[in-house]
Amino acid sequence: MSVLIYVELDNGSIKKTSLEAVAYGAKVAEKTGDKAVVLAIGRADATALEIAGNYGASKVLHAADDKLSHENSLAYADALAQAAEQEGSKIIILSKSGLGDAMAARAAAKLKAGVVSNVTALPEINGSFKVTRGIFTGKAFATTELKSDIKILVIKKNVIEINEDDVASANAVVETFSPQLRDADFQASVVNVEKASSELSLTEARIIVSGGRGMKGPEHWQPLVDLARALGAATGCSKPVSDLDWRPHHEHIGQTGIKVAPNLYIACGISGAIQHLAGVNGSKCIVVINKDPEAPFFKAADYGIVGDVFEILPKLTEAAKNL
Amino acid sequence: MKILVCISNVPDTTAKITFTDNDTRLNKNGVQYIIGPYDDYALARGVELKDQTGGTLTVLHVGEAEADPQIRKALAIGADDAIRVNADPLDSYFVAVQIANVAKQNNYDLILMGRESIDYNSGVVHGLVAEMLGIASYSPVMKLDIADGSATISREIDGGKEILKAPLPLVLGCQEPIAEWKIPNMRGIMTARTKPLTVVEPVSVDELTVPEKYFLPAPKGACKMIPASEAATLIRLLQTEAKVL
Repeated sequence: MSVLIYVELDNGSIKKTSLEAVAYGAKVAEKTGDKAVVLAIGRADATALEIAGNYGASKVLHAADDKLSHENSLAYADALAQAAEQEGSKIIILSKSGLGDAMAARAAAKLKAGVVSNVTALPEINGSFKVTRGIFTGKAFATTELKSDIKILVIKKNVIEINEDDVASANAVVETFSPQLRDADFQASVVNVEKASSELSLTEARIIVSGGRGMKGPEHWQPLVDLARALGAATGCSKPVSDLDWRPHHEHIGQTGIKVAPNLYIACGISGAIQHLAGVNGSKCIVVINKDPEAPFFKAADYGIVGDVFEILPKLTEAAKNL
Repeated sequence: MKILVCISNVPDTTAKITFTDNDTRLNKNGVQYIIGPYDDYALARGVELKDQTGGTLTVLHVGEAEADPQIRKALAIGADDAIRVNADPLDSYFVAVQIANVAKQNNYDLILMGRESIDYNSGVVHGLVAEMLGIASYSPVMKLDIADGSATISREIDGGKEILKAPLPLVLGCQEPIAEWKIPNMRGIMTARTKPLTVVEPVSVDELTVPEKYFLPAPKGACKMIPASEAATLIRLLQTEAKVL
């Protein structure tokens, strides 16, 4: 028996959110007395995959078929289900993302597994198997019991803390995994892929600096970008800003945009509409800078500064550079 | 072309969420219900594609009669008919089985829904339905065109976007800017009253997951205000007090 964890790769390395999934899966395996086995799909060197061992995995299955080098949720879900059968896995863990949800859903239907997404804590295993998940876009939580034989959990970012000092150095054994590929999974052709490769991905970022209409126009974004650079942060924006085309749509954070859960979220000139808050309520620490002391965002913030963003941002950038 | 649009019936995005019955049920008192915002985008694009291709559009909801006003709204926006599977669903799997069951009887070319419902946010129903039907699914779809039996899809991927060409039938989870939300006009509202809304009973499904209890997040502590003149001290506080730098 084993707990199976699917890890996403980025340029041949395991993504940070997926390493959290490995650590989470290893903790679950400890509770159930199973091994933690990782599945990685796509091009990667064995040395880049071995590090899963540091987070508690004993084995990594690596599916490196050329046909799988481009992200394909249909084929990946097939591979996940086959890996679960091979390893006798009763618990499958994925990290929350478009790909994670798609694979979890398809694998759940194949394996007749109960699937719970947005899991926010380790399961309670005590005769029954219960997890806590975020609902109503972070406005509430639910305790949910999984009654199925096979259980699939899609975990939210920052569910468990990885302290890099505590990370063991134990390499996992990397095994080649060759799932049976079905033609039906390869009917679509990829016409074009646009990746903003130079930018830090919002879902992976530990720090995000985000701007709203208070930034007054796309030409005024530089002070915000400067602070983001000084902090090693990604940049985001509110819905009105992406609607006005001041910033690209993939930067839009909120209920109908990207949901983020960084350690630090700095909101500049964002009033804090409930739909925006829904996208950031997983953040550990929120800083709000706004000229309006009545801005609702202050109620959701840990730190606030009332004032002109264009005066405050350069001061913060200067202080951040001196860290 | 036969299009199916699946809609959820959810509390308005500004609704205050509270629970009753010993925290086992959502308190629906005073809560305004709407068509799921993502489903509303799917519906809007579905109506446009129906008009372009001269096809038909059926709207489907899995839920109780309280959703009928939202279903009538979808009919007023441009759906030809509606099906409601009469049930109080407990999880995504249950909903997906009902949708797949309706779809199997009707051979739709395109099944559209939102990327997720905004109540339970799982974002797995489209994938489940597609797998149950043995067809492909993609999400979140931000642009969709249909020509010669295949779809050109622009969808968001981590840190960018991807354009795909895929043959029908397909199940797609939609999000903005796939289309602008449509507001029903008076003629639409009048005709919606006589369009068929068929109520069917659910097929039975094993309980795979069961919600047990709901709760609200712990209240947030007070916001620490820093005078604008001392803005730079924020960075030190973030490092030493909040420990996030």
